[in-house]
Amino acid sequence: MKVLVPVKRVIDYNVKARVKADQTGVDLANVKMSMNPFCEIAVEEAVRLKEKGVATEVVIVSIGPAQAQETIRTALAMGGDRGVLIQADADLEPLAVAKLLKAVAEDEKADLVLMGKQAIDGDNNAVGQMLSALLGWPQATFASKVEVEGGKATVTREVDGGLQVLEVALPAVITADLRLNEPRYASLPNIMKAKKKEIATKTTGDYSVDVAPRLTVVKVTEPAKRSAGIKVEDAAQLVAKLKTEAGVL
Amino acid sequence: MAVLVVADNDNAHLRDTTHKTVTAALAVSGDVDVLVMGEGAKAVADAAAKIDGVRKVLLAESADLGHGVAEVQAATVEGLMGGYDAVLIPATSGGKNYAPRIAAHLDVAPISEIVEVVDADTFVRPIYAGNALETIKSSDAKKVITVRPTAFKAAGEGGSASVESATAGTANGARFVSEEMVKSDRPELTAAKIVVSGGRAMGSAEEFQAVIEPLADKLGAAVGASRAAVDAGYAPNDYQVGQTGKVVAPSLYIAIGISGAIQHLAGMKDSKVIVAINKDADAPIFQVADYGIVGDYKTVVPELMAALG
Repeated sequence: MKVLVPVKRVIDYNVKARVKADQTGVDLANVKMSMNPFCEIAVEEAVRLKEKGVATEVVIVSIGPAQAQETIRTALAMGGDRGVLIQADADLEPLAVAKLLKAVAEDEKADLVLMGKQAIDGDNNAVGQMLSALLGWPQATFASKVEVEGGKATVTREVDGGLQVLEVALPAVITADLRLNEPRYASLPNIMKAKKKEIATKTTGDYSVDVAPRLTVVKVTEPAKRSAGIKVEDAAQLVAKLKTEAGVL
Repeated sequence: MAVLVVADNDNAHLRDTTHKTVTAALAVSGDVDVLVMGEGAKAVADAAAKIDGVRKVLLAESADLGHGVAEVQAATVEGLMGGYDAVLIPATSGGKNYAPRIAAHLDVAPISEIVEVVDADTFVRPIYAGNALETIKSSDAKKVITVRPTAFKAAGEGGSASVESATAGTANGARFVSEEMVKSDRPELTAAKIVVSGGRAMGSAEEFQAVIEPLADKLGAAVGASRAAVDAGYAPNDYQVGQTGKVVAPSLYIAIGISGAIQHLAGMKDSKVIVAINKDADAPIFQVADYGIVGDYKTVVPELMAALG
């Protein structure tokens, strides 16, 4: 079984995004970039499937600038077998990304696409669902447990108010939620080995896919800042303030 | 131009996230219809018919719709989109699950989790966990929009729209196996007027239950938790407030033993009044709190319980 894992290079999880003064976007110059945390979880899950003997090959794909190759290398160091980089200089919208991934999933004849539920830059939470719709494969999003057996996957999903279990026939698209697993750190020998693994480089033009944007960014602004309030001495004073001043009790 | 709102419901009850989404929809168009998808959900449709400003309610029912199977939900909405220029869906885990599928099939860009309607084509949405707000203009003829409910006021009730039946879609998709819902008498986290949240300082699940839950029950509040507390196993997953959990905006948010990581603030900073109780006077949570008490929760919370009477 071949597993395709799309990964995205994004601003590091621990870095606070700063809006550019000219309101055209978020300042990414000289900012630490890393693999999107949800993508990391998806890579880990795919590698575990391979270690269990369920998956035979784990292919990593990333769409982005030339540096996205580093993100692919990270995934290869975690245990991915080979990579595909689709170079795109502009940040593509989810619809375009889903169309490109559809082409890759079909080229690769993947049996399963395992990917993060959302990227922490655009926060769209859309590509997995769109890819499933375009491929006509069933979807199981926000997975906290995945079991693959006999041509199907049983997926436990995190939903509002509890958990839901779905069964999807393969090929399928599964998106990872935070608690699916704890991704490993790549060991030094595996990092060295990953340097020799193959990464095929393509451009968006290699696929006959319309990647033109549908949305125009009018501006990007900073949210209104909350200012710090006051410190109160004790619980009695707090309750009094909440009742009289704030009027919320 | 008419727009469609998809109701958030559990087959028996209409959630007020629907009323909030109707408010967003009315900013796009005066002609707003509501689609209720479920099974045995007539009561939900009748409740939706009472929302102010709703023209009519459509009710589509099937077993798969009752279980929230995304492929079937999307197919149902797609079957109706000939008559609408936009569909607005509450950005709950259920809404986010199927909305992008509709956009893919219509070949349009999904517009995720809007917090403001500027005009019928232009919307504001948070990016980078709410550290930036993006104003985007869509060039697509039809729009698929998810709405962050906490950003909009709930539409009132006093209407009497008609209820018509609509065709449930069919699709080859996932098969529903089972679900396990957490049973609680407390209000739902995203709809509660007061939320009491605990953080890693609790130290154990027993302590979390002994400290946070009685205070929440005294206030009639929902219980929340920071990601650190959830990851440590002190509180269940669905308590998590934050970028990777639920976004809440209650009238009163009480954060106990929560330091205030960026990812947590993203989920609660739109609350009307924020109270922080933390023994570290430099904890970032105090930078967003209206009222702070620097002290050990072990002494402050019992005092608070006593002061509340």
